[in-house]
Amino acid sequence: MKPVPDADTKPYWDGIADGELRLQRCEGCGAAVFYPRAVCPHCFGGPLRWFTATGTGRVHSYTVVHRAFGEFAGQTPFTVALVDLDEGVRMMTRIVGASRGSVEIGMRVQLTVEQIGDADLPRFRPQEAPELQK
Amino acid sequence: MKKRRAAIVGVAESDVGRTPHLTVLSQQALAARAALAEAGLTKDSVDALFTAGAWSWAPTMALAEYLGIQPAYTDGTNIGGSSFEAHAGHAAAAIEAGLIDVALITYGSTQRTSRSRNAPRPAELTAQFELPYGLPMPVGGYALAAMRHMHDYGTTSEDLAQVAVAARQWARLNPRAYYRDPITVEDVVASPMICEPLHKLDCCLVTDGGGAVVIAAEDRWPDVATQPVTILGHGETHTHATISGMPDLTVTGAAQTGPAALRMADVTLADIDVAEIYDSFTITVLLTLESLGFCKPGEGRDFIAGGRIAPGGEFPMNTNGGGLSYTHPGMYGIFLLIEAARQLRGDFAWARQVPAAELALVHGTGGVLSSAATVILGTL
Repeated sequence: MKPVPDADTKPYWDGIADGELRLQRCEGCGAAVFYPRAVCPHCFGGPLRWFTATGTGRVHSYTVVHRAFGEFAGQTPFTVALVDLDEGVRMMTRIVGASRGSVEIGMRVQLTVEQIGDADLPRFRPQEAPELQK
Repeated sequence: MKKRRAAIVGVAESDVGRTPHLTVLSQQALAARAALAEAGLTKDSVDALFTAGAWSWAPTMALAEYLGIQPAYTDGTNIGGSSFEAHAGHAAAAIEAGLIDVALITYGSTQRTSRSRNAPRPAELTAQFELPYGLPMPVGGYALAAMRHMHDYGTTSEDLAQVAVAARQWARLNPRAYYRDPITVEDVVASPMICEPLHKLDCCLVTDGGGAVVIAAEDRWPDVATQPVTILGHGETHTHATISGMPDLTVTGAAQTGPAALRMADVTLADIDVAEIYDSFTITVLLTLESLGFCKPGEGRDFIAGGRIAPGGEFPMNTNGGGLSYTHPGMYGIFLLIEAARQLRGDFAWARQVPAAELALVHGTGGVLSSAATVILGTL
């Protein structure tokens, strides 16, 4: 299932292809914005400027999928999560590189980009040695 | 000036379950004919048409032509399963404003027969931030909410299973219910896992079916053959479309629509005799009861414990067996209105009837906990 980038979202997907997470910040109210938009959904102003996020965050919730459809049917079980990025926005992703049963709400995770077919997609894996990264 | 009142004066289902002999249009036509016949009204008295569906780019136009109705008021609002609660509110407002006299709300689906529920769609617009991750929807969205509720409040799978067990107990009293064999909490938690923490029996059915509701202005009530069920209050909202956009995974828009509808009806939660609460998934019921304010956040499991929502319990709810056991043709909201109207008319002669029910709360939820619409119904 390849995402279909559009005029709002192409810089985001270009960033993923480059291995980084690009978000928007509203110069009017300062809020980080995801998914990408033409108008700030908080203050309805702007402009919205692209910036490169840290790519780190926390698992807000997750589910392990046991029944999936279409091209995903053969991939079960897999873990889909909502991740709260450190910049203050929430996104859907998959958690990879975590042993079964080890994913928890509140767990620190970091971006990793995987090529799936001909699409580059953002995944998150458990954050490594946070004390060293700090 | 006194408000011009609106009431449900006719309700009907088409065949529900598996209906290879019907189409989405014929289901709506058959249900509409039955609901109008029950009310003692003719097709030509209908001046407002409401439907919701993805089977046409302009559902009310397609349906109106099929039915042979030229409406003076047309509303194809689609906010998922709660669309019909919103339609009832819109119809009541249009009646109050003097724009219409008789509204017809219908729904039909052949999703079980046509196996259309999980048809692929392109990852465009906001879907490009969800579909590539493979989460089955809507169940995946509800699973994310359930997981968070368990984390925040200690709710368990056994707590959620109580909702499914009670629904099946009510379904045993409904000859039209899809599943009527008794189930236990153990059966629910032992059923196949779909999206953790939701099991197969935490999920609503996938059926065909259709329904119709006729709403009339008070000046038409002397002509109708049924006991009018008045629309006393209504409220609607949607809080998000993608699950990542839900402001709080454990609080739904019912927190706004419930109080708004109750205020309009000038009643309180304590006055409610019977509740019809959209049960797309077991977690939907818990979140809705909490968000409406029947109990505090996180206390839904205590509220439903000990058979309180089962037949004979203190809080009669989903008295037809609900989307979990009666029927769930994609969007279930119209069946909530149908059951509530029948309860308030006292249509049932036996255990399914809530004794002396005078006030009903109907609450629809659509999308991935995205839309909420509450309707308060009463007897005259």
